Amino acid sequence: MKTGAKILVESLQREGTEIIFGYPGGVVLPIYDELYDSSLRHILVRHEQAAAHAADGYARASGRVGVCLATSGPGACNLVTGIATAYMDSIPIVALTGQVPTNLLGNDAFQESDITGITMPITKHNYLVKNAADLGRTIQEAFYIAGTGRPGPVLVDIPKDVSTSSAKDVALPEKVTLRGYNPTYHGHKRQIEKALQLITDAENPVIYAGGGVILSNASAELVTIATELGIPITTTLMGLGAIPGDHPLNLGMLGMHGTEYANFAITECDLLFAIGVRFDDRVTGKTETFAANAKIIHIDVDPAEIGKNKHVDVPIVGDVKAVLTDMLTCLKKQGGHDTWIKKIRHWKQHHPLKCPDDGRLHPQYIIRQMSELLGGDAIIVSEVGQNQMWTAQHFCFKNPRTWITSGGLGTMGYGLPAAMGAHFARPDLPVFDVAGDGSIQMNIQEFGTIAAENIPVKIAILNNRFLGMVRQWQELFYDRRYSFTELPPVEFVKIANAYGIEGIKVESPDDVKSALQASLDCNGPFVIDFRVEREENVFPMVPAGCAINEMIGGHPQ
Amino acid sequence: MKPHTLSILVENKAGVLSRVTGLFSRRGFNIESLAVGPCEEPDMSRITIVAIADDEKVEQIMKQLNKLIDVIKVSDLTGNPRVERELALIKVTAEVGTSRAEIMQIAEIFRASIVDVSPKSLILQVIGDTEKIEAMETLLRQYGIKEFVRTGTVGILRGTKAQQGNK
Ligand SMILES: Cc1ncc(C[n+]2csc(CCOP(=O)(O)OP(=O)(O)O)c2C)c(N)n1
Ligand SMILES: [Mg+2]
Repeated sequence: MKTGAKILVESLQREGTEIIFGYPGGVVLPIYDELYDSSLRHILVRHEQAAAHAADGYARASGRVGVCLATSGPGACNLVTGIATAYMDSIPIVALTGQVPTNLLGNDAFQESDITGITMPITKHNYLVKNAADLGRTIQEAFYIAGTGRPGPVLVDIPKDVSTSSAKDVALPEKVTLRGYNPTYHGHKRQIEKALQLITDAENPVIYAGGGVILSNASAELVTIATELGIPITTTLMGLGAIPGDHPLNLGMLGMHGTEYANFAITECDLLFAIGVRFDDRVTGKTETFAANAKIIHIDVDPAEIGKNKHVDVPIVGDVKAVLTDMLTCLKKQGGHDTWIKKIRHWKQHHPLKCPDDGRLHPQYIIRQMSELLGGDAIIVSEVGQNQMWTAQHFCFKNPRTWITSGGLGTMGYGLPAAMGAHFARPDLPVFDVAGDGSIQMNIQEFGTIAAENIPVKIAILNNRFLGMVRQWQELFYDRRYSFTELPPVEFVKIANAYGIEGIKVESPDDVKSALQASLDCNGPFVIDFRVEREENVFPMVPAGCAINEMIGGHPQ
Repeated sequence: MKPHTLSILVENKAGVLSRVTGLFSRRGFNIESLAVGPCEEPDMSRITIVAIADDEKVEQIMKQLNKLIDVIKVSDLTGNPRVERELALIKVTAEVGTSRAEIMQIAEIFRASIVDVSPKSLILQVIGDTEKIEAMETLLRQYGIKEFVRTGTVGILRGTKAQQGNK
């Protein structure tokens, strides 16, 4: 016989969990007592939201399931934003919450909240465990569901008496089988043939690749296919890193803040090969004009994504890696699409991303310096807003899983805790959080965690004393009426110092390189407060609801 | 937009109904009727939902339903030869000696049964498809309907083909 708490910890270890991010409280006391002398590593965060983001950052950087733990009621509710963030980006995490004892369920007991009810729309699945004997199987299922098919967060709610009561060890099956859950991995042969035919027939093809390529670890297959067939690739925000940024076929990001050449290519292509994407409105702009002249092939593991926003000519349901691998076996090498490639090269030459060079401290310049210094051997995490878009545009990502950002939900405050998680997944790489002054203050309490655990995350704050992205919209679409978007100055280095973290303030472009180098030379966490141009805008930009070739802030055609 | 009858085979577990109905409201669907109960497998239930929407939206909601771990199978019965039935209980004002005879005649025409008699009212039980039940309701309205309760439609395909539990 074993207590539920012991079964839980052993089940986590059986699933290969090495680290959990959590915060204690009343009903998880039995679990924390079990963790006290367990070999499972536990990181005490300063806010449960950070535990969820850290588990998510760990999952994105490692490709494995991240785990977080919180107490009932307020603890569980604090996880909600983190769970929703993971859900929107299809990130596998298992969130464990304590719950009031089963005999008090539904009683409005102290610190009771219906967390399975609350998280129903933002989890792939969730469980309320009623018996210690069910715990082992439930944890096994939770990991299986989180990590397979289209990944996503799974929440397991554990009442206190389930943790304390005892149950016999139940033998678990080698493989989980759930009759209501059978993801399709291999694409339909006939569909693959049809797709290959369309590709052969196309003159101006483009690959539109997204987070699904990263999630299924299919970057190598993607690049091989593109190179064999001579097809340029544009990636979504979530797909950055799927193809090296400096690859000749790479067009960078598309969509609202995409490159002009990516958006032109989409608009003029006659074949859109969509891989692990979901035709989000930030990508498509006006859907009717998005790739309006193209036949569309779409690979996705989730059938519900196919045809959701845009009609698809050849749907292929399956795991991106499996489908691309099958495609590669029957691929006939093709002559490059010379005229098309030439046209794209022309666009690339005449419509590059702009980086102002006037002696003042511009955020784009900082990101380019970072990119040059780190050369792709780093994990870059971002917050949300202009800081995120500049990083996506100007950092040259070389490898998958080195770019970590909240895309679907756009959660300010995501970056710092996600960076902590990423560090534990890849302790061999430097981890940077590119932050905004607004976003960093949404989880700035995590300075406490990185200081206490000496987590060497480097925080580069692009401090414009504005909620910059919102201010940009106000400038462009609300007659410069800056309603509640100006932030008072904050001395971030002093805050860092108060936690025992080193930092420097940078006000001139001349000091960017040395500051970045200083952060790398420091063994622990480090804060750089970059005082950037306050009213810099992210360009090019497709105004909401416009066609994606109708960009402002680009070059004249 | 037309009514679609969806037959949804689910695990017989706590919370399944709210997962299913929650999905409908979240994705902006109105449920016209809902019926749920045990089925041929002891650990499964079958939910029948009638919703009015265009075909594309229905396809999307079916795909989303299929993603629920506790949903085993989803079928759209619409457009297939099928049997659809609903049961309604109607409490009608019927004072002795006034309209009683007329009401009982209507009941007979609809092959409804009278399941309760009191000095001032009758309860009629009618079984049929939605159209039949609504026709009966219309006819009875003039006498005064005190209460009207319906089970919601259940449906099944004609012939030997059956919805089975493998997705
Ligand atoms: C939690 C949350 N609240 C509000 C928003 C809306 N929002 C998007 S960007 C942004 C401004 C971010 O400001 P800052 O972190 O300073 O970044 P900047 O745009 O200035 O680089 C806001 C408020 C959001 N994305 N997330
Ligand atoms: Mg800012």
